[in-house]
Amino acid sequence: MSEPTVPVHPEKPSVEHLGDLVVPGMALGVDNTYEAGLELKARSQWSYARRRFLRHRLAMTGLVVLVLLFGAGIFANLVAPYSFEAIDLTNVLQGPTTVAHHFFGTDEIGRDFFSRVIFGIRTSMEVGVFVAFVSSIIGVIVGAVSGYYGGWIDNILMRITDLVLTLPALAILLTAAALLGQGSQWRVSVILALFFWTGLARIVRGVFLSLREKEYVEAAKAAGSGDIRIMFRHILPNTLGPIVVNGTLSVGAAIIVEAALSFLGFGIKPPTPSLGSLIASGQQFPQKWWITVFPGLTLLVIVIAINFVGDGLRDALDPQQRRVRA
Amino acid sequence: MLTYITRRILYSIPVLIVSTFLIFTFVSLAGNPTDNLRANPQFSVITYNNLQHKYHLDRAIPVRYWFWVKDAVEHKLGSSLVTSQPIWPDISRTMGHTAQVIIIAEILALILGVAVGIFSAIRQYSPFDYFFTSASFLGYAMPTFWLALLLQILFVDIYLKWHVRIFYTAGLNNPGQGTWSFDRLQHIGLPVITLTIISFALYSRYMRASMLDVINTDYVRTARAKGLPESKVVMRHVFRNALIPIVTIAALNFGGLLGGAIVTESVFSLDGMGYYFIQKLGQLDIYAVMAYLVVTSVIIIFFNLIADILYGYLDPRIRYE
Amino acid sequence: MHSTRSSGEFVPEPVLSIRNLVVEFRTEDGVVHAVDDISYDVYPGETLGIVGESGSGKSVSTMSILGLIPQPPGRIASGTAMFKGKDLLKMKKRELRRVRGDEVAMIFQDPMTSLNPVLKVGYQLGEAIKTHYPKEPNDKVKSRVIDLLRLVGVPNPESRYDNYPHEFSGGMRQRAMIAMSIANSPSLLIADEPTTALDVTIQAQVLEVLKRVQAETEAATILITHDLGIVAELCERVIVMYGGKIVEHGDVHTIFQNPRHPYTIGLMDSLPKLTEDEEWLRPIPGQPPSLINRPPGCAFHPRCFLSQGRLPCREDVPALRAIDGGSDHKSACHFAEELIGRHSKFAEPVPAGGAS
Repeated sequence: MSEPTVPVHPEKPSVEHLGDLVVPGMALGVDNTYEAGLELKARSQWSYARRRFLRHRLAMTGLVVLVLLFGAGIFANLVAPYSFEAIDLTNVLQGPTTVAHHFFGTDEIGRDFFSRVIFGIRTSMEVGVFVAFVSSIIGVIVGAVSGYYGGWIDNILMRITDLVLTLPALAILLTAAALLGQGSQWRVSVILALFFWTGLARIVRGVFLSLREKEYVEAAKAAGSGDIRIMFRHILPNTLGPIVVNGTLSVGAAIIVEAALSFLGFGIKPPTPSLGSLIASGQQFPQKWWITVFPGLTLLVIVIAINFVGDGLRDALDPQQRRVRA
Repeated sequence: MLTYITRRILYSIPVLIVSTFLIFTFVSLAGNPTDNLRANPQFSVITYNNLQHKYHLDRAIPVRYWFWVKDAVEHKLGSSLVTSQPIWPDISRTMGHTAQVIIIAEILALILGVAVGIFSAIRQYSPFDYFFTSASFLGYAMPTFWLALLLQILFVDIYLKWHVRIFYTAGLNNPGQGTWSFDRLQHIGLPVITLTIISFALYSRYMRASMLDVINTDYVRTARAKGLPESKVVMRHVFRNALIPIVTIAALNFGGLLGGAIVTESVFSLDGMGYYFIQKLGQLDIYAVMAYLVVTSVIIIFFNLIADILYGYLDPRIRYE
Repeated sequence: MHSTRSSGEFVPEPVLSIRNLVVEFRTEDGVVHAVDDISYDVYPGETLGIVGESGSGKSVSTMSILGLIPQPPGRIASGTAMFKGKDLLKMKKRELRRVRGDEVAMIFQDPMTSLNPVLKVGYQLGEAIKTHYPKEPNDKVKSRVIDLLRLVGVPNPESRYDNYPHEFSGGMRQRAMIAMSIANSPSLLIADEPTTALDVTIQAQVLEVLKRVQAETEAATILITHDLGIVAELCERVIVMYGGKIVEHGDVHTIFQNPRHPYTIGLMDSLPKLTEDEEWLRPIPGQPPSLINRPPGCAFHPRCFLSQGRLPCREDVPALRAIDGGSDHKSACHFAEELIGRHSKFAEPVPAGGAS
């Protein structure tokens, strides 16, 4: 369609207000800001996304499961029948039973396994959320600066992320955890966060790179908006979708990695509870399968639930997906 | 094409240097190799200082790096501080064993993953698709070490109950058996299965997504509009284009595979690089740890290079960037 | 047997005869009525233009007769499409495949994405020929491809044969697409917005190529576009579509000068006339209708200046009927008669003396 060279009817909004037509809700994937501004559909972008998410059965299931599990973790003291360390030498290595609430059995010094798993959930949850949160912040900042300013900053930052990709991930994390982690939950979390940001940085950079050339950014610049304002008001809302999705999925990834580190003995060390070290203790008693199975199953369920929710969020927030079911 | 390959190779060299330097710096800063010794009453302060000097630990990091590189090249990665044994023989031996497991797993996972991905995409929403999509979802979320443990428990149980040894759950060989024997197969079967399942989940998922992306492109529509039979459309136009991103994914996954090797070798007590690394890390044997990190880094960079070249072969647009 | 128009001329049998075509799509939000009971003919050698906004159903109508609509979620609910005596809609897939690319060819809108990026251009053009004539020797096919590339104006066709699509510019790619479509000398060419994705200057070149190609092959052409300028330049007859239905059809002069449907009038009015001074453009107010929840009655009535909320517009779907005497000019408007005597701004000035 050729642009009209004749001025359009004065009732149409003028260029200065174009920046304000771009409301965060509208920015979620809506490309034709001009037409979108004429429709009142702008307000419903968020509710449309919410509707799509609620309709996603798997995501809703995942959400329910997560609320239950993480709730158990947060209120571990109330939910767990025993404390993490309560030793009962009369009840050593019992299988799962309903007697005395030992749903998951007991371990080699009689500690109730169900309680240990619940406290383990709390630790995993704390690590996962922390890592996702911190790495997201770092990733967004790096990605935004890199994508928006381009040039040598972009070059250097992207080279760094490329480099991180060529490193053997688990080995580096293990080394860092072994040398610097000292078994502390928080140190391990920080180490993980410092490794995880690269993924999101790339995604955010991509969005910034593509959007900074868009007309509404040019319009905003022409109207005198500063860089920071443009980045925050105009471009960043478009990245919220990928940020949320990526952040959610990172929680799961962080939980798995921390479990692996702890399993191998270099991550979070006792007495701090960790699902990974719980599983590791099961190696000595392969017959007492519950020691290996239950914490692992819990891990699996948590991560699957997180992945479902992440997928649901991606469906809801990513307008490019056109899944038409017959 | 040739210029493209040369360019990629040249590009890898600085990456290699910076990578190894970073690893060296990181490890050196994080852990002083002689920390252990300081606490050891057998070593006097003078010996300690001499050691410091001998290993150039009192110099700046870039200098140390240079010495280390020289040493690594001349003396094949030097010797461990803890055992005073040369590092290279251990690494080369274990590398072969790890390679065996990883390469078999990768090939299996790729073949299965690509095949399942293709069929899932062609028969979208069919029972086949639903089953494998769920399976790959599961595989994707599954912690590698837990899967390994479960398999181990399972096969130990099978042996105890039915006295039949399908797979061994520890070690590389029974005494006297060789690298390419059936006995070896029985020993590496479970680690290979573990790694295959995890990678398969990844590849089938991405292949399916890639196929679906390509199936909906304009050029596939053009191919249909030309009157091509659907089988040719899929084979000639869809498949080849869909395969391209998988090359990148497979290369990127290599780091993950090496990590998976660490885990499976620990669970199944295999004499591989990963197991070696864990042992040395536990002993805080810095030089050995560094050697492992550098070697794996080189391997990863090498495979990324291969993937880049392959990508350039498959996608002509890349060759001229 | 020939059909006759009301004026008594002999006209040849149409190459393509579509009757009562209905195409729907099932989506999460409901059933999309993309094409709602349309009928038209295409005669040999002519260029028929189909005009409409996005979502009017113009592309879907042609893609559906070639079986290029994915059948779930799409569905051809009813209708016939007679092509050389056979109904395309009832053909088996294998038969339809043989027609596609050989006797009926299609040119798509976006040349940047319509060619497979990893295969050479010459190969892809050759594929069009080899699919239908597998026994042709490869060197013959190659020389035909080179000839085709030369015909459409690609310079150095011999070396361009081995190029990849990304080495072609947008205009050249579209030329290659056109070459590919006429490779087997089709009787019917369908061009779906062939120049929309191109720069204006390139558009003109590609249109020239299209004209040349039509002259060479004498194929009937359906030209789908939203650009009235292209219609004016290339088409002999025009169909105007809105909301999945045909709202007006007639020959190009009549449509441009004496449109008899409010939508067509709106379209004409919204164009700038280069030979006059105009202060404001006048786009048609409102939005295209949702194809899921269509307004009752005439699909255009919410935006129509003629309707003024009259009952028939709001309740009854207007039928496509002949206006102005001849059966060539049809309009689907309850009050089309009220538009008789109106001229669009493109009409020739009425000579003094009053003759129309």
